[in-house]
Amino acid sequence: MIRLEYVYILAGLMFGAFSVQHALDRANPQRWRSAVFWGAYAITFLVGSHLPDTVNGVLVLVMVLLAGVGGLKPGAARSTSPEERQVSAARTGNWLFLPALVIPAVAVLGTLFLKYIKFDGVPLVSPAQVTIVALALGVICALIVGIVMLRPSLGAPLQEGRRLIDSVGWAAVLPQMLAALGALFAIAGVGHVVAKLVTDYVPMTSSFVAVSTFTVGMALFTIIMGNAFAAFPVMITGIGLPLLVTGFHGNPVVVASLGMLSGFCGTLLTPMAANYNIVPAALLELKDRYGVIRVQAATGGIMLVVNTLLMYFFAFRH
Amino acid sequence: MLVLSGVLVVIVGFAVGLNPLLVVTVAGFVTGIAAGIHPLAVLADFGHAFITSRYVAIVWLVVPVIGLLERVGLRERAQTLIANFHTATVGRLLLVYLLFRQITAALGLLSIGGHAQMVRPLIAPMAEAAAEKNGPLDEDTRMIIRANAAAADNIGAFFGEDIFVAMGSILLIRGVLQLNGINVQPISLAVWAIPTAVLTFLIHGARLLLLDRRLQRAREVRS
Repeated sequence: MIRLEYVYILAGLMFGAFSVQHALDRANPQRWRSAVFWGAYAITFLVGSHLPDTVNGVLVLVMVLLAGVGGLKPGAARSTSPEERQVSAARTGNWLFLPALVIPAVAVLGTLFLKYIKFDGVPLVSPAQVTIVALALGVICALIVGIVMLRPSLGAPLQEGRRLIDSVGWAAVLPQMLAALGALFAIAGVGHVVAKLVTDYVPMTSSFVAVSTFTVGMALFTIIMGNAFAAFPVMITGIGLPLLVTGFHGNPVVVASLGMLSGFCGTLLTPMAANYNIVPAALLELKDRYGVIRVQAATGGIMLVVNTLLMYFFAFRH
Repeated sequence: MLVLSGVLVVIVGFAVGLNPLLVVTVAGFVTGIAAGIHPLAVLADFGHAFITSRYVAIVWLVVPVIGLLERVGLRERAQTLIANFHTATVGRLLLVYLLFRQITAALGLLSIGGHAQMVRPLIAPMAEAAAEKNGPLDEDTRMIIRANAAAADNIGAFFGEDIFVAMGSILLIRGVLQLNGINVQPISLAVWAIPTAVLTFLIHGARLLLLDRRLQRAREVRS
């Protein structure tokens, strides 16, 4: 059975290779900083599942201190010049898109069909992990196609991969850090305090006030947690079900569905949803860390109003 | 109330522009200590949650492939391709991508898009090329176009995925309602995601076409 652990080991080997490249990069005066950062990250993938939680915590702390105090410097990029790229792009033509399209093609086919492949009744891939394993398979296939097609030097994929990950830098680990913070918020009961504050101080006299409190509450709580999935259980059991469904006899299907979508509006507005908002800003080398959020803000705000109105008009029709 | 101090740390830290990794770590310790958890236990909680959420980082496996393709001119080729479409503009291109992303997400095919594998190598360079047909871009305009490419990917995914019945969010909604003694069919939840999906396309689509007009005006002012 292909388990997630194998994919993690693959990722660990890749980050380990990035770390070694930094260690060998004598041109960078801060090479050890980057080498230790990516090295610690590699360890969390290679053996993290077997280490005690505290040791993993220390690894995380080391990474945070390296990136947060002093910062990471990108290594020397040994890539091609814009002119060379124009020439090779003209030579290879539209075939260049093939490896890039292999990734989603294999990922989608894998997601759809991998779960049906069984040996002696045991599925090849555990159904819960099929999307991630399929993505990893897509990358491996694309890499094979790319290497056969382009015949690059042996180290080129890892060199270029390191160039790309250097442009992302610390933002690459931010989504995991935020997931960890979300877990701590949940343990400490932050959600229940927020839900209680809202219900204590907003007078729920009309169904419109109750609907708005629920949708805006979902969005605000998602902004804090960075994740609508974390906000939903708290807000639906705190406000949605007791007030809208039991109190005002709202349809639970409409309330729940549009409540979740109101949370997604919050996701568009928050740096806490790092993999959607901060990571792309780094990947696209934007000058403004919040550039993606600024562009999304108006759509997020309008859609929150739209969801609120939809819920108000349709939740109470029977 | 005291446990909200961590939230305050996040808001202030992000607003002041400190390194987010540092802000998040401090916020975690502040929250934990306010809730009466020993700092060492907070450290262990951090380690545990970091390890269990490693799956979000699997997307980085694509960087060697994308990097390799960029080395031989993938972005340049994407630009040539779009330069041959005379009717292509930034807004229209991103409008098509928004629709494509919404439809594929509604079919459960979320892994077709994404920032590392789709936006950086293909969509953003195409959008920039569509604008460059009318002359060179200044830095700020380029940044706005790139940010819009990322936004189209996010908005398309968020307001498409809930139409797919087996999506994580639909299953979560169903599970939470079930715990509270309410049984609903996933399909009925998914149906109620359709009005929002359609309105999102109309509203964000209109904003994308307005972006074209804004870029046009900026060009006229400069020339």
